[in-house]
Amino acid sequence: MLSEPNQTKLTQKMPILTLEEMMSIVGRSLNRVDASDKVTGKAKYTGDLVTPNTLVAKVLHSTIANGVVKSFNLDEAWKVAGVVDIVTCFDVPDIAFPTAGHPWSTVEAYQDIADRKLLNTRVRLYGDDIAAVIAETEIAAQRALKKIEVTYEEYKPLLTIEEALANTEIPIHDEFPTNIVKSHKYEIGNFEEAIKAPNLIKVEGEYETPIVKHCHIEPAISFAYEEAGKIVVVSSTQIPHIVRRVCSQALGLPIGKIRIIKPYIGGGFGNRQDALTEPLNAYLTTRVRGRPVKLEYTREETFAFTRVRHAMHFKITSYLNREGDFVARSVKAYSNQGGYASHAHALVANAINAFRMMYPVGAIKGEAYTVYTNLATAGAMRAYGIPQISFALESHIDDIAKVTGLDPIAIRKRNMMKLGYVDPITTITCHSTGLEECIERGEKYLNYSEKREKYSKQSGAIRRGVGMSIFCYKSCVYPINLETSACRLVLNQDGSAQLQMGATEIGQGADTVFTMMAAETLGFTIDKIHLISRQDTDVTPYDSGAYGSRQTYVGGMSVKKTAEKFKAEILKFAGKLLKRDPWDLDIVENQVVRKNKKEPLISVADVAIEACYSLKESIHIAAEETHHCSDNTYAFGVCFVEIEVDIPLCQIKVVDIINVHDSGKIINLQTATGQVHGGMSMGLGYGLTEYLKFDPKTGRMLNDNLLDYKLMTAIDTPELHADFVMPYDPTGPYGNKALGEPPTIPVAPALRNALLNATGVAVNSNPLNPQKLFYAFKEANLI
Amino acid sequence: MYDFNALYEANTLQEALELKATYPHALLLAGGSDILIKLRDGKYTGCDLISIYTLDELRGVELLDDGTIVIKPLTSFTDVAQNPILLKYVPTLCEAVEQIGAPQVRNIGTIGGNICNGVTSADSATTLKAYDAMLVIESQKGKRILPYLEFNLGPGKVDLKEDEILTAITISKESYNATYGHYIKYAKRKAMDIATLGCSVNVTLSGDKSKIERLRIAFGVAAPIPVRGINTEKETQGHPVNAELLNLIRERVLDDVTPRDSWRASKEFRLHLIQELAVRATREAIIKGGGSIDD
Repeated sequence: MLSEPNQTKLTQKMPILTLEEMMSIVGRSLNRVDASDKVTGKAKYTGDLVTPNTLVAKVLHSTIANGVVKSFNLDEAWKVAGVVDIVTCFDVPDIAFPTAGHPWSTVEAYQDIADRKLLNTRVRLYGDDIAAVIAETEIAAQRALKKIEVTYEEYKPLLTIEEALANTEIPIHDEFPTNIVKSHKYEIGNFEEAIKAPNLIKVEGEYETPIVKHCHIEPAISFAYEEAGKIVVVSSTQIPHIVRRVCSQALGLPIGKIRIIKPYIGGGFGNRQDALTEPLNAYLTTRVRGRPVKLEYTREETFAFTRVRHAMHFKITSYLNREGDFVARSVKAYSNQGGYASHAHALVANAINAFRMMYPVGAIKGEAYTVYTNLATAGAMRAYGIPQISFALESHIDDIAKVTGLDPIAIRKRNMMKLGYVDPITTITCHSTGLEECIERGEKYLNYSEKREKYSKQSGAIRRGVGMSIFCYKSCVYPINLETSACRLVLNQDGSAQLQMGATEIGQGADTVFTMMAAETLGFTIDKIHLISRQDTDVTPYDSGAYGSRQTYVGGMSVKKTAEKFKAEILKFAGKLLKRDPWDLDIVENQVVRKNKKEPLISVADVAIEACYSLKESIHIAAEETHHCSDNTYAFGVCFVEIEVDIPLCQIKVVDIINVHDSGKIINLQTATGQVHGGMSMGLGYGLTEYLKFDPKTGRMLNDNLLDYKLMTAIDTPELHADFVMPYDPTGPYGNKALGEPPTIPVAPALRNALLNATGVAVNSNPLNPQKLFYAFKEANLI
Repeated sequence: MYDFNALYEANTLQEALELKATYPHALLLAGGSDILIKLRDGKYTGCDLISIYTLDELRGVELLDDGTIVIKPLTSFTDVAQNPILLKYVPTLCEAVEQIGAPQVRNIGTIGGNICNGVTSADSATTLKAYDAMLVIESQKGKRILPYLEFNLGPGKVDLKEDEILTAITISKESYNATYGHYIKYAKRKAMDIATLGCSVNVTLSGDKSKIERLRIAFGVAAPIPVRGINTEKETQGHPVNAELLNLIRERVLDDVTPRDSWRASKEFRLHLIQELAVRATREAIIKGGGSIDD
């Protein structure tokens, strides 16, 4: 009976702690591990690494949007001093390859669409890559480009979805004779039966979102050379391992013959979740016997000829009963793909899935089409189709509130996803939710309900309005795509360790949270973790890269698994030294201790030095593990915003704005807050100012620069408020869920709903820019 | 990298005038905030440049004995915005140039460059036109003085001969004395933007503030060049300061402008803005002048 009083004593001294409470590093606000190097200029980016004798390549972009290159006259271009080589679309390997940054599918039906070559004879957008010049200097390359004469066979540019669907005599891609890349449908329950119920209210709406741009600071850039029989490409990419596979496909070379190096990068936001300059550059260096070649896009080229966010059009129909319960809902979506498939249908599919998941009540059906047009190629961009559907759906909820007189928050709360929800199509389960509390905190912060009532009765030129919106977002891409991540830890003689991730730092702070996670699980202090930020596909463990909001969720799992193995290896050796059972040992603040005790038995440094130099039994302690992720969970959040509208000037001023997020346990409050601020800024631009314009005759992008593309400046940005509700998610490695992309989702619809509150004018497309407001206010007889 | 042929650097105004006479096609490089962008775009590929940036004799603001304000063309926007003479007598100009670009652009960009490149959106142009600025233009052959109102010949075209350099911008005392102005830049961002529309108004009120003695109004982006609202000015002369005045301005300004449709803004939207900004700028100018107005 000795054990009983002991147990009691233990319980008194040490109350049972939750997993969350036991964490000592995760959850703290620590500075970024790369902060010092980045602010002092020590951090190296691709452009910093270019060697002095590197050649410069420039791409010749087509000056038509739709047609075929018939011939080139290169005579004058070859005469330019300093030109080393000129490559045209008639010279490159006859291999079509995909560019999307998805893990490769070994099932052919799910593989990305291979629809472009390194340089293209068939021109599918204004600015298509049709030739390239390699020269000793940038000026020589530019001069030669100007002297190339091109003869085209020109077709009518198909710039809208309607035009592309109506003009199929000459399809944009022969393999897609209707210009539809892909379409699909789903139905949950029986929609037609459900709408037969009596006394239903029907609300319909059509909503449209624009083409916008990521606007990362560093333009698209790579440099390529040959070394040790391999092609090496140093590139600003989010996805080094995927780019390696794409380059091997594009050049028809074995994957082991390609090596990709990814240094620090100046942002990505999904644009670099695509092979951009790398495949062509890998080929160009082979044209000059492996001499280094730099291919750096200008800001204008980065705007027009990398990727953009898909413009989408949605038609939503909702049937609800008098109490505000959804009985049946449907969405029909069209997505403008532009000239090449890139990520193609995956985005609009994601969008109409979120339509279902957000309010999983009653019968629901969705239908989506992705259509090729002769516009800029659309690919991944922060939150992958969800800002589009959220603008439509959350605007629609406020339209329902207006028609029915119901409270917009009440409609949402009645119908939104609850804990335990299992999506019938994807099986993704709601393992934790703090959405209701997010709404309550946002409501309270802004005093939304009271203000909404007050502001609905205004007149005069200057008016105020409040708006809100909610969202749900998947933490990774399982089970739609593979989720895998590997990590390596190597012990140094001083008891510190190298942490090497396939998952990439792209400015979002991944390196910092990985460092914290490793330290947490190992019992090390932060300074003992040396994270190797640079990925080199020859040595870095495999990970698909930074996209979705997967790094802390999926990458975090691989850190945890590897750290557990690594720690076990350290304790195994320590056990031998201490003549104790390893299972009874633990590490706390770099010291080996007995489990649940504090007294140090030996430092990790002493264990490490003995392990390395032991004359009896040296061992180089390391661990490498793969986490194959087979779960997923939803993150949630809200935006509440108050605006002031100057009706005669057609201007909106944001008076107050808050995002409240449920991303589970927050690993680092400081960097998480930064993520939210950045996402809100992107959302404000999406809501108020940003959209890409194209010449309706030629298809040329008109505002391909940061003057004409109205990205918000610091002075345009209001004070941004961020708050977190933190349910501990049981599937997240440290209770965490997605955060990287979500902050950008709810802002635009909240702004639109605030305008509706202020003026009664429902603007069903973003952004709410002055000229659009002018026509909307005019139609509403406000001016 | 910039693909130009030659860069000549002048150390004195005299040298600059000589260089301009020798290389008449060469472009004058002041701050470079416009020329370098166009050079990068390929618009001036292979050009010759004459840099006058180091000519301090063309930099600064002076007040002459007769009250004339002399603004030298190389004065940066930052220096114009902070100049005590201008802040005292023509603060509207300071407020206008403070809305150009960002601090970096205002440090390098010059007021002379702003008006010599002849674009309709130039933020300093409307206010200088509204204050009847005069331009001093020199060549090796001599000097001429021209009202700024006659300087713009068309979009991007100004009355500056190949061997000439703008050496001073002047505003007479009669033009700024007891005169109060207001400039509104309407743009899509609060910084780093060009005007969708600019409107500069200044008023001279009667002693009892009840009447308009003189109203001058100028617009940017309301026509191919920065323009004065001549019809509006005539009709408002002597008008009582009241709501009727604002209505009159709202109607009359339409006779003074010829905005065009462009992908940046529609003609219809610009016309609406012209009316709205004219009224708002007038009201502000009157308030600054000590008057009061209800509408």
